Amino acid sequence: MKMQIKNGRLSPYTKNSIISYGLVIGAFVIVSILNSMGMVSSSLQGQLVPICCYIVMAVSLNLVVGISGELSLGHAGFMSAGAYTGIVVSGILETSGLPIYGRLAVAIICGAIVAGVLGFLIGIPVLRLRGDYLAIVTLAFGEIIKNIMNIVYAGKDSHGFHLKTNPDLGLEEGGRMLLNGPMGATQVQRISTFAAGFVLVLITLFVVQNIMNSKQGRAIMACRDNRIAAESIGLNVMKYKLMAFTVSAALAGMGGALFGLNYSTLLPVKFNFNTSVLILVFVVLGGLGNIWGSIIAATILTILPEALRQFADYRMLAYAIVLILVMIFTYSPKIKNFTQGFIDKNFKRKKPTAQTEGGGQV
Amino acid sequence: MKSSFAKKFLVVCLAMVMVFTFAACGGSSEGGESEGGDAAGAVLKIGSSGPLTGGASIYGTAVKQGAEIAVAEINEANPDLQIEFKMEDDEADGEKAVNAYNKLKDWGIQMMMGTVTTGSCIATSAVTFEDRVFELTPSASSADVTAGKDNVFQVCFTDPNQGVKAADYITENMAGSKVGVIYNNSDAYSTGIFNAFKAEMEAKGGEIVAAETYPDDTNADYSAQLNSCKSAGADVVLLPIYYTPASVIMKQAKDMNYAPVFFGVDGMDGILDMEGFDTALAEGVMLMTPFNPWSTDENVASFVEKYQAAYNEVPNQFAADGYDGIYALYEAFKATGLGTDAANADICDAMIGQFTGGFSYDGLTGAAMTWNDKGEVNKTPVVCVIQDGIYVDQ
Repeated sequence: MKMQIKNGRLSPYTKNSIISYGLVIGAFVIVSILNSMGMVSSSLQGQLVPICCYIVMAVSLNLVVGISGELSLGHAGFMSAGAYTGIVVSGILETSGLPIYGRLAVAIICGAIVAGVLGFLIGIPVLRLRGDYLAIVTLAFGEIIKNIMNIVYAGKDSHGFHLKTNPDLGLEEGGRMLLNGPMGATQVQRISTFAAGFVLVLITLFVVQNIMNSKQGRAIMACRDNRIAAESIGLNVMKYKLMAFTVSAALAGMGGALFGLNYSTLLPVKFNFNTSVLILVFVVLGGLGNIWGSIIAATILTILPEALRQFADYRMLAYAIVLILVMIFTYSPKIKNFTQGFIDKNFKRKKPTAQTEGGGQV
Repeated sequence: MKSSFAKKFLVVCLAMVMVFTFAACGGSSEGGESEGGDAAGAVLKIGSSGPLTGGASIYGTAVKQGAEIAVAEINEANPDLQIEFKMEDDEADGEKAVNAYNKLKDWGIQMMMGTVTTGSCIATSAVTFEDRVFELTPSASSADVTAGKDNVFQVCFTDPNQGVKAADYITENMAGSKVGVIYNNSDAYSTGIFNAFKAEMEAKGGEIVAAETYPDDTNADYSAQLNSCKSAGADVVLLPIYYTPASVIMKQAKDMNYAPVFFGVDGMDGILDMEGFDTALAEGVMLMTPFNPWSTDENVASFVEKYQAAYNEVPNQFAADGYDGIYALYEAFKATGLGTDAANADICDAMIGQFTGGFSYDGLTGAAMTWNDKGEVNKTPVVCVIQDGIYVDQ
């Protein structure tokens, strides 16, 4: 993070970033304190790590959908790649004597690398497409990863690591299956913690905010806003889109690794089209390009189905109604004007930017 | 950027309000629950989770309904020990199953009669193992469910066990037959049975002439797989799959004039109740099922009658598994001699002692069921043939 100091004051970017980190840290501290005081229900406690994962997923998808402006329907594919990489790496290191935090960190880094490389390779052909075609190809990619995971078998024994596409790994006595085709990963040692999730959220925020506020980020947004204009001033559109896509995939891989290591089992079908759409819903409801929106939408929409359990059979119906209401309320111009007016009235400040905005019309 | 600080400030306030509300909800519900528990006296809280919505909801709903009949019977017969049963929806998803279990924990769960589906059960059993909550699953059949966890037991057969029993039956009673298999290679249940079946057939000298796969239970065309079995001359076709794809396979086999003996496993149970399925197609189908609703057994008849009166449908084996699950927990708990106010860990240890210490239970899904220390059940599978639209014991 570059500290840009102008006239003895922090630049607005730096200030915004600091506020964002402060808020995340504040939320973490509050929840941790409440947790240590036993004031957090088991239900919420069990959701802390998944919430962190979904925040990472939503913010990283926002980089592609909101900031780079490409609709991706295969984000769960990268999550899957990261999750299974993380599980395999953690399984291999189980007997290495590495402390749990070290193992988790290595697993997450490996998950990010694999998903990032995958994102890079897939991005090369995919990002030459535009609009609907890109959405369709990313959707297909998510399905392809799922189907590949259905035939991958991996295990380890004293001879080392085995990877095959059929179940006859020939493991010796005492060997352990790490990936078991359609049964996915079973007997995973659960090592993910809320603190690790919190660190991942911070890392994701740091990466995405710095990209947005950098030369590269402005180039990415220029390509989104007007591809022809961006090309005309010499920007390599493909390069910038690929950059956003790869970073997003790597971040999703991190989130996936954390998610995978939070459960004792993980089926490949978990990362189907529905999961991709779920993450997209977080991004769209939170607002395209709005990082804070993604964080809040991911948190609320993860907790909501659990909080609605008292409605029993009508739970998912209530969930759908809440989604529709949120959509109506956040996008209705009347409501927007009302909240804007409320904010202006109560938090009125000088508007030095207003002049530059109007300046273009003169 | 003009009012972004104000916006963020609002957002933080809202977020904090939210966090506090949820924390408070959790706290208050815990408080309310313990008061309720004291007032009611000897109440045993048994929780469960299973798919009550989504594609697999037929299984979760059946377990729930079967369990509720058992709970009603017990509560009527024994006023000194009342059972409170609560089932949460998990949509057959591991993540949501853990959430559901945590919700049950807030409710004050003492024993778990779940989880219904295999994947979710592996996920929850890791958590119940840490929390020391005794768990008896009615229908999660993978060996991974119980592996390495002393507190988890099964009412149903394991998948490998079913494959082995099917191979034993075919090699002993249908010797010399050429066996074709059509299975779902993206499904843990189906693949688990097939792998064990194949290994046992090889060991027993049976002949598998064709092993065909398909990727998804929503597949609509099985003619390639059936043609392959037909040209290989298979006269028995094993279908270690659920009944929905099996019904399509039977229809398409008839259309191509291919009439082998179809041999199903417990996933085949339910095919006769399927909407829009011509039961004549299933005539002569053999299946291994732990539960035959048309059995003349007195207990089964009584259960079926109650179930039909309450839900207006014939119970399937999942309903019977749920019923047996509740009764097995109840009988074993009575045998431990513990009070309902005992700590979960004590209940868990005492129950493990019962289940591994020669406890035997006569249920709808098998007589004299016993459990080994791996958590697997020992009971005799029943092979039935479908005749005139009902199961007939072989």
